[in-house]
Amino acid sequence: MPFVVELIISLLIVIGGLFLLVGSFGMLKLRDLLPRLHAPTKASTVGVGGVLIASMLYFWVERGHFTIHELLITLFIFLTAPITANLIAKAYMLLNVDPHSDLPPSKQNEGWATFDPVGPEGYDPSEEYQEKEN
Amino acid sequence: MIEYALNFGFVCVSLALLMNLWRLTMGPTTADRILAVDTMAINAIALLVMYGIAKGTAMYFEGALLFAMFGFVSTVAYCKFILRGDIIE
Repeated sequence: MPFVVELIISLLIVIGGLFLLVGSFGMLKLRDLLPRLHAPTKASTVGVGGVLIASMLYFWVERGHFTIHELLITLFIFLTAPITANLIAKAYMLLNVDPHSDLPPSKQNEGWATFDPVGPEGYDPSEEYQEKEN
Repeated sequence: MIEYALNFGFVCVSLALLMNLWRLTMGPTTADRILAVDTMAINAIALLVMYGIAKGTAMYFEGALLFAMFGFVSTVAYCKFILRGDIIE
């Protein structure tokens, strides 16, 4: 294996490991859940991406044929990390945040959209249940 | 040189997993625990991929793919359960 390739793979593994460590340390250190969400969802995504690209390069040089299936995991994590963060933030806000005292007023009838049972065009899901019961 | 880098990476990811475990046991709210489990899944993916490089086999890649899929699905299922009181409506 050429020295330059070995150097690149080692650097990618070291950088990826450092980013994963920083992400988890941020999750341990920050004061509240909503700041805490930033550390793992961004830093850990970059860290695991670096490790996966290192693995892709290693097996490319070692075996001689190029495969992209490591990029599949990278793509999957890049797609799912924002969805996960959004859902965790919504669950936290539902359980721990009082929309009247903790949040600024949104100047809408129902308050913030996370707590809003009525859809964007006046669609109310509870009406459907009432119709079914009748 | 790759061996030294892999050892460094193993130490980093193991420390990260310990920090996640601390947040999982001590986390004050339920959302903290969900976040800790999700981060643990991501760290486990990195650990599996690095172990595959160390052993020189691509077999651990399938395990990493399974961890990626089930980590995401379990996090979404738990959040949906908290948000709606049900997973599949």
